[in-house]
Amino acid sequence: MSAAPPPVSPAWAVELVGIDKRFGPVHANRDVTLRFAPSSIHGLVGENGAGKSTLMSILYGFYEADAGEILVRGKQVDIRTPQDAIRLGIGMVHQHFMLVETFTVLENLLLGHEGGPVLGPAMQRARAEVRELERQFGLEVPLDALVSDLPVGVQQRVEILKALYRGAEVLILDEPTAVLSPPEVEQLFRILERLRQQGRTVLLITHKLKEIMAITDRVSVLRRGQVVAEFITAETDRQALADAMVGRKTSLSVDKAPSHPGDVLLSAQNVNVIDGRGVTTLKDACLNVRAGEIVGVAGVAGNGQSELLEVLSGMCRFDSGTVTLKGQEIHPATKYDAADARRRGLAHVPEDRLKLAVIKEFPAHESAILGYHQDKSLSKGWRLNWKQVVAKTVSLMEQFDVRPPNPNLRTSLFSGGNQQKLVMAREMEREPDILLVGQPTRGVDIGAIAFIHRQLVSLRDRGKAILLVSAELDEILALSDRILVMCDGEIVGELSAAEANESRIGTMMAGIKDAPVAEGVPA
Amino acid sequence: MSAGGSDNLPWWVTGLLLPVLNVGLALAVSALVILAIGEDPLGALGTMLRGAIGTGEGIGYTLYYATSLIFTALAVAIAFHGGLFNIGGEGQAYIGGLGVGLVCLALPGWPWWAALPLSVLGGAAFGALWAAIPGWLQAYRGSHIVITTIMFNFIASSLMVYLMVNVLIKPGQMSPESEAFSASMFLPMMADMMATIGIEMDSSPLNFSLFLALLACFAVWAFIWHTRWGFALRATGANENAALYAGIDPKKVIVVTMALSGALAGLLGVNELHGVQHRLLLNFPAGLGFTGIAVALMGRNHPAGIIPAALLFGALYQGGTELVFDYPNISRELVVVIQGVVILFAGALEHMFRPALVRLFTRRAQAAAKPAGA
Repeated sequence: MSAAPPPVSPAWAVELVGIDKRFGPVHANRDVTLRFAPSSIHGLVGENGAGKSTLMSILYGFYEADAGEILVRGKQVDIRTPQDAIRLGIGMVHQHFMLVETFTVLENLLLGHEGGPVLGPAMQRARAEVRELERQFGLEVPLDALVSDLPVGVQQRVEILKALYRGAEVLILDEPTAVLSPPEVEQLFRILERLRQQGRTVLLITHKLKEIMAITDRVSVLRRGQVVAEFITAETDRQALADAMVGRKTSLSVDKAPSHPGDVLLSAQNVNVIDGRGVTTLKDACLNVRAGEIVGVAGVAGNGQSELLEVLSGMCRFDSGTVTLKGQEIHPATKYDAADARRRGLAHVPEDRLKLAVIKEFPAHESAILGYHQDKSLSKGWRLNWKQVVAKTVSLMEQFDVRPPNPNLRTSLFSGGNQQKLVMAREMEREPDILLVGQPTRGVDIGAIAFIHRQLVSLRDRGKAILLVSAELDEILALSDRILVMCDGEIVGELSAAEANESRIGTMMAGIKDAPVAEGVPA
Repeated sequence: MSAGGSDNLPWWVTGLLLPVLNVGLALAVSALVILAIGEDPLGALGTMLRGAIGTGEGIGYTLYYATSLIFTALAVAIAFHGGLFNIGGEGQAYIGGLGVGLVCLALPGWPWWAALPLSVLGGAAFGALWAAIPGWLQAYRGSHIVITTIMFNFIASSLMVYLMVNVLIKPGQMSPESEAFSASMFLPMMADMMATIGIEMDSSPLNFSLFLALLACFAVWAFIWHTRWGFALRATGANENAALYAGIDPKKVIVVTMALSGALAGLLGVNELHGVQHRLLLNFPAGLGFTGIAVALMGRNHPAGIIPAALLFGALYQGGTELVFDYPNISRELVVVIQGVVILFAGALEHMFRPALVRLFTRRAQAAAKPAGA
């Protein structure tokens, strides 16, 4: 964080000149020219579909550009496959790790570089080389542990190490912090700093502007396939970046009035969930959500938040405890599925949109009735009334500004943000008394984030109870009236909006129950 | 509404061009095989074609086979939309036929129009039960439907041999066949029905069941794409987790889907037994349950595709029989080879030409888009 903008180097590490790429009617990259300096961290930001991933995929050899050229250390090169890219010293760490979970770290590093049918000598050589890399970059990983046993933060380090082991001079990181806890993010940034010091080039794709501001030297903004702005990070700020990304003035903060909580609409008492392997994934969960308030649940992904949402929404059975929905008690033996929950006025925007909330293969209007297909108003006798369904979808799309407003388009062809708006529209349309929301803005554009946040606040102001689960601390802090922190399946603490700040929640997320009050560290 | 078609090919390419290419290639390979045996391929294929659609009798037989194939293919299709690969159509048809036979044997002297609904019900119920067991095992016990349904084919076969030999055999005879149904309940033959309205048709086993098969096509289409239950079925098939989220019980849907699938397969017995054989006997599904898988694949699991695919395979069955008749060097096995090649190209290698066509058409679309975009 201390380093000044890089000295102007004699040659660029990588140059992309006039890159153009079309997918059918979609013009993903238009005449993109970008230059990346050695010993630097270069940020790449842009909304979903702005062309960041396509550009990086071209650099890494997944796609070939229709036009334009790529220069590596000043020499024009032809990158047709990832193998070409690796040979040229370009490495990539994908958002979803490409590791064999049942192999050890060392075996993963060796994969594809065995150098012969007998593994023994190659393993030993690799071990020595990797140790050297670990020392050089401060990247400690347990080489003999199974990848599946490692936390995500360490798995990511394995990915970085893998790229370095293959000789990467240029390292592309695609949304590397999406799955990390705040301490893990800091660790990652220290590693990136180290890489920069050692003369490597880091290309950081992210939508978190705070991270861009914290770590990069330069930042390029893509919009609709074009480079629309390039900044020296030290000379810009988040607002300017956000405006450049969206192409108009945006609002990063959420305006909301103080809440006026009413009756408790949803509560849980000592709810436990034990999964198939006998692991308690939700431990003695107790919570209350009142009418007219947003209760945020913070925590690193995978610490019981998903189970909490699934139990409350009727998707998953719980083993003991009581859930109370608008005064009606639900016990483990009570028949309570997602359809019952909806009938009782509980709507659910799940964390994993594509896995749960829509069916990718269905046209939008079919995804738009998922969960409500039993609704009498959508049927005509024994038949589903498709005309009515389509009309309803059109109106949902209009209210929530889903683009393109085509109810017959396949769901998977909408961008993540528009899929999310469709799901929000569907779940909010019937004015549910209780709304469970998981990761409402994951993979959603900045423009749409503000819209979704406004919708949630306005639902709260209409006297509904909202339980919000999010891995984005900013989002939790911006929206919540009360904040619960989860760690290891337990609710480890509760903070009012006034007493919450990032460092306090961060400490609690790490499992330290009674966080000492860390004064004077505003978020 | 929203059947098949995952990439952006025009409908006529997926619906017409691809099947024609696949069948054409299959026939070309068959011709090579016939050539290798030392027979004239064009002559042989010509004989098959004439045998299948050259005479009124041939057409009748082709349609009769197609009737059975429509039932078994619809069974595969409905299971497919529920995300299940039911390859037990053969066994379900066999047990379904048992249901048909028992109903028909239990109603001596009934008129056909009164017996038909009950024999349909009997066939459907027995087939449904036979398929629901593997469905239940998959949903609640996690055993894979492909394994269990194929096992159930063997069990069905053994069970039927036992029943026919020991229980249902007509006393005092050697071959394992039941007593004949009463003549009053025989389903009307198509030739006879046509004769009553003054159209002359060669006699063939084609019977009233064809209408039942077409009705089943319509019913399956309406069910899958126009009802809440069909929606739940497709949602479960596409994404079980999303179904759960939507308040659909995927386990229940799996069992019901398999039951419906088995019920459709069971209707084969109406055509074969109630329509033609008029008694219970062994091996009446004769592989039509398996061929139904190929028909469903080729028909893209949509009733509108299954009808032409069933006609094609019906024609292959019938044409193959003619071929064996006319060409002493060509044995029954070669006909199976030809059918196998068609199944291979139309079913298993269905996607062989697809990537090339997708490339061709995206390039064309791009070329068309360019002047507008630039």
